Amino acid sequence: MSLSAALETGDVGLLPSRRDEDWRWTDLRGLLRVLPPRALKASVATWGEGPFAGLVDETLVLAGGAETASLHVPEGVTQTIALRVISRGDTALQASATIRVDAGSKLVLMESYEGDAGAYVTSVDLNFELEPGARLERVALAMDGADGVLVSKAVAVLGGGATFTQTLATSGARRQRLETSVDHPGAGANVHLNGVYLLTGKRHADLTTTVRHMGVDGQTRQLTKGVVRDQARGVFQGRIIVEEGADRTEARMGHHALVLSDKAEVDAKPELLIHADDVQCAHGNTIGALDEEALFYMAQRGLPDGVARTLLVAAFVSEAIEGVQHDGARAVLEAWIAKAMEVSL
Amino acid sequence: MLKINNLHAEVDGKEILKGLSLEVPAGEVHAIMGPNGAGKSTLSYVLTGRSGYEVTEGTASLDGADLLSLDASERATKGLFLSFQYPLEIAGVPALTFIRSALNAQLKARGEDEIKAPEFLKRARAQAAALKIDFDMLKRPLNVGFSGGEKKRMEIFQAAMLSPRFLILDETDSGLDIDALKIVSEGVNAMRAPDRSMLVITHYQRLLDYIKPDRVHVLAAGRIVQSGGPELALELEREGYDKYARAA
Ligand SMILES: Nc1ncnc2c1ncn2[C@@H]1O[C@H](COP(=O)(O)OP(=O)(O)OP(=O)(O)O)[C@@H](O)[C@H]1O
Ligand SMILES: [Mg+2]
Repeated sequence: MSLSAALETGDVGLLPSRRDEDWRWTDLRGLLRVLPPRALKASVATWGEGPFAGLVDETLVLAGGAETASLHVPEGVTQTIALRVISRGDTALQASATIRVDAGSKLVLMESYEGDAGAYVTSVDLNFELEPGARLERVALAMDGADGVLVSKAVAVLGGGATFTQTLATSGARRQRLETSVDHPGAGANVHLNGVYLLTGKRHADLTTTVRHMGVDGQTRQLTKGVVRDQARGVFQGRIIVEEGADRTEARMGHHALVLSDKAEVDAKPELLIHADDVQCAHGNTIGALDEEALFYMAQRGLPDGVARTLLVAAFVSEAIEGVQHDGARAVLEAWIAKAMEVSL
Repeated sequence: MLKINNLHAEVDGKEILKGLSLEVPAGEVHAIMGPNGAGKSTLSYVLTGRSGYEVTEGTASLDGADLLSLDASERATKGLFLSFQYPLEIAGVPALTFIRSALNAQLKARGEDEIKAPEFLKRARAQAAALKIDFDMLKRPLNVGFSGGEKKRMEIFQAAMLSPRFLILDETDSGLDIDALKIVSEGVNAMRAPDRSMLVITHYQRLLDYIKPDRVHVLAAGRIVQSGGPELALELEREGYDKYARAA
């Protein structure tokens, strides 16, 4: 069951539905009765510049007529690459990319999901392979349209001592899922997974992650922050599995959301499945509203209500992007947050 | 400057202030003392516009402007400042960012120019030094993880930075050690001015040794039941509130 299989075959029966445990909050079968026609070769002129333009050595594009891409960072090299996924009009896009980072190399990948106002349906499969000691920093900004549907699934396999640092930022879509699955077969691998969702209107975003520790001495740090208002819906599913023998694993997972209106909703399912000994694992999950007492305190100092709320919300989410190591990419995400605050408050 | 007349206010349908009248002229410092639960903090919240506090009768004005029709931030912009009995923690917002945003919001609402960063920092450094606040503490989220005494010091620091017309200090002395009490009191005294007034709520005469009040009022059961000069505080210290409890 997957969107890419449905797009491949044209069979809507293959769409994941609420009956699939991992998709119960992000139903696609009930949403899509028919699939739109495949995107034709896009005209490059309509693409414009991506959000990370000017920060990268090279840009890869996934779009109609350019459904696949691959990237290989050879040993001992540092590269900064943009990957743009461009969805246009009432069309279907089924795209995939394979990214390999050789031993001792470093890749900074700046991914953007750029949609227009169309009722598009986009599926992206990304495969990351990190050799021992390789480092990947993945920064993804999803700026889909309100009528678009997007499922992006990244699968990463980490060699021993490899480092995978990820920050996802999204404003959601009609329905959207950004899924990450990380396997640590090697010893001492290091994973940071951060995410921010800021949702308004009827938008939906689902951040789902699975981290599987199979080698010893692995580390996972995960923090997701979300803000929903209007009738938006945020979904967080975080699963950390510590397999038998993956001793001395350290894993921490946090998800914290602010629900700013009665009709907005957040569904969260943090899971730690531990089958090894001598592990240190913890998770925290909070879903709440802005603190009214803090708002009064701020008003007493002269801050108008809107300004006070913006300050609190921006402070709340900023923690989740502090982990972005690339200064330019972090600045792009900060500007994106500031803009989202302006529009919605 | 501040005029309160026959103020009645309730919280959750329970009347707490029951016809409170009080005047604090420009340039004066008045102290309010009174038993626990008398309504002292309630008065400070009613004046500053906290939601949940409903005024059912009476008036309150600052410099002739009706306070009760304004929202909390507008009252602050008029120059009303409350040093909270229990200051709030503002997660994720550094103290300096918070105070600068507040100051600029007030200046903007009054139609004045915003303060530039270098000038703001210069003033902040000077005030922090005067109140013996480590400047690095001002880079931390406001009050988060601060000790009780540090929070109180931070309240006075904010007052000094915002230069309000009227200060209400709600038990600013509680939680302060002996040295801090002196430093904070000096900070408050430095703010005394002919066009600024203060209402100092306290349980202890000791604070009033440092911040010398022009008048002392006893608030019991939601009303001012007695007023006098500084000697009234000494009398209360000796005799307690027994006779007022009976009167109320
Ligand atoms: N939400 C509420 N519902 C009912 N009663 C309340 C509520 N909030 C406060 N009160 C009551 O109002 C009264 C006045 O409280 P207030 O905090 O103003 O007292 P105070 O004079 O400041 O006392 P303290 O010296 O202990 O600080 C108390 O009896 C308190 O229990
Ligand atoms: Mg009190």
